[in-house]
Amino acid sequence: MSRRRIPSRVFSVLVYLFLYAPIVLLIIFSFNAGRSNRIWEGFSLQWYLELFHNARLLGALRTTVVLSLIAALMSTVLGTAAAIGFYSMRRRARGVCLAVNNVPLTNADIITGVSMMLLFVFAIDLFNGSPLSAALGLRWRMGFGTLLIAHITFDAPYVILSVMPRLRGLDPNIYEAAQDLGATGWYAFRKVILPEILPGVLNGVIIAFTMSIDDFVISYFTKGSGVTTLAVEIYTMVKKPVTPEINALSTLMFTVVFLLLLVVNVRQARQEAAATRQKAALTPDGKAR
Amino acid sequence: MKNKSLSIPYVVWMAFFVVAPLVLIVAYAFTARDGSVTLDNFNNMGVYFPAFYNSFALAAAATLLCILIGYPLAYFVSKESLLVRKVAMMLIMLPMWMNFLLRTYAWMSLLDDNGLINQFLRTVGVFDLVNALSGGNMTCLHMINTQGAIVLGMVYNFLPFMIMPIFSVIDKIDPRVIEAAQDLGADNAMVFRKVVFPLSLPGVLSGVTMVFIPSVSTFALSRLLGGGKTLLLGDLIEMQFLGNAYNPHLGSAIALVMMVIVLVCMAVMNRFGEGEEGVSVL
Repeated sequence: MSRRRIPSRVFSVLVYLFLYAPIVLLIIFSFNAGRSNRIWEGFSLQWYLELFHNARLLGALRTTVVLSLIAALMSTVLGTAAAIGFYSMRRRARGVCLAVNNVPLTNADIITGVSMMLLFVFAIDLFNGSPLSAALGLRWRMGFGTLLIAHITFDAPYVILSVMPRLRGLDPNIYEAAQDLGATGWYAFRKVILPEILPGVLNGVIIAFTMSIDDFVISYFTKGSGVTTLAVEIYTMVKKPVTPEINALSTLMFTVVFLLLLVVNVRQARQEAAATRQKAALTPDGKAR
Repeated sequence: MKNKSLSIPYVVWMAFFVVAPLVLIVAYAFTARDGSVTLDNFNNMGVYFPAFYNSFALAAAATLLCILIGYPLAYFVSKESLLVRKVAMMLIMLPMWMNFLLRTYAWMSLLDDNGLINQFLRTVGVFDLVNALSGGNMTCLHMINTQGAIVLGMVYNFLPFMIMPIFSVIDKIDPRVIEAAQDLGADNAMVFRKVVFPLSLPGVLSGVTMVFIPSVSTFALSRLLGGGKTLLLGDLIEMQFLGNAYNPHLGSAIALVMMVIVLVCMAVMNRFGEGEEGVSVL
């Protein structure tokens, strides 16, 4: 059996090599003294220093983190409420709502991006030409506001998809039981429903946040000219032939993501181990069921 | 907990920011700059046939390669122990957390005429060997700024989207189903052909969608790896909205046609997939 597995293992290793070799090269060359990604000229940390002095990039990073945090939180509140609402609907209405909810997920990013850009341009023209704009002395432009709307729009579907299964697994009687025992609607939600769906909600926040951090295409079309996000800034940097700071940036991002995933996975494994042990202790014959 | 009204804010939000933008795309596609209704945007689309052809051909090639690489990998990994499976899938997901522009940048310098791949081939003596055999004067293997480089970029960036759904479907197959097939006398090849493969098709289908759609609509990959030589639909649309060719009416029309073709492809594929699933249930 084990000898028959050798070809498949070789194939798997090759695929992983394909996936990781470019990343490893970026990491190695981020410590290169020269500008080139092709010739090694000695060890240096200068690209990291330049990265930390690149005000434009740091500004873009700050915008992206703030934007992603606000978008993740707002889409989670909006999406969790919507998921509860959808769950209460009749099957037909729910089907329609979920179908529309799926549109930003299945559409190509570029379609979502340009269609929202059309809407913003249309609405901004309408507003700036209206007497309201003249009366208030305000002119509206694409910028952080439009970016935030776009991000909430593509984040919320992920939140809903992550909360819905939790709601489906909920015992429909517990909310009524809480009310029978004298809890008001909001109190019962906070004490009974929320703890049950919390893993789904937290999962939603995390997915929404990472989607926002990672997005390039939709931000590119909806950001206007005043603000920029990290991914858009990376795009302008990458278009130039040689930009060694990019190597340093990639290395830092990869390290952060790697550590995060490691922590999450180790924590999860520990929890699972604890849960199995607990179950084993609770089962009379001492075996995990 | 029954409270339909909780969904009202989001339903209103979707009406404004999901439905209205799509309605605007359709409206723009069927109007001219002066606001009059016209079909001109579609009539002139023949000029862009190469962009349509390139986009769909390159995306199809990338999707096929992703299946050929991703399916065996997902299958092999599913046979490993629990720990190996977990680590293997984490390693598949890890690169996806890095922005795809950074991953593409890595390939830009690898594929260069003086990049590491060509340096390696030169050092090993491949070019000398080829020159000796053919009498030519080959100094490098030209890879960057070709269509092949674009396909490579698609495969590299979107391969995890193919592996994940296939793996999760194969991983969930009840081992008793496979044992039952073996008990009934099926050999390994037969088990794979008659049991594992049909049951894994839904994973392949969602993988195809997740690879094909970003591939067919990309504009960054063709710009970065194709050097702007191969005009794809994404480039064309981007040019109409943010480029010098500013014409959102034509851009909307192209986007609409692309969306319709993709939707038709997906519908046909899903119908085919459902049929397969129905057979396996019987």
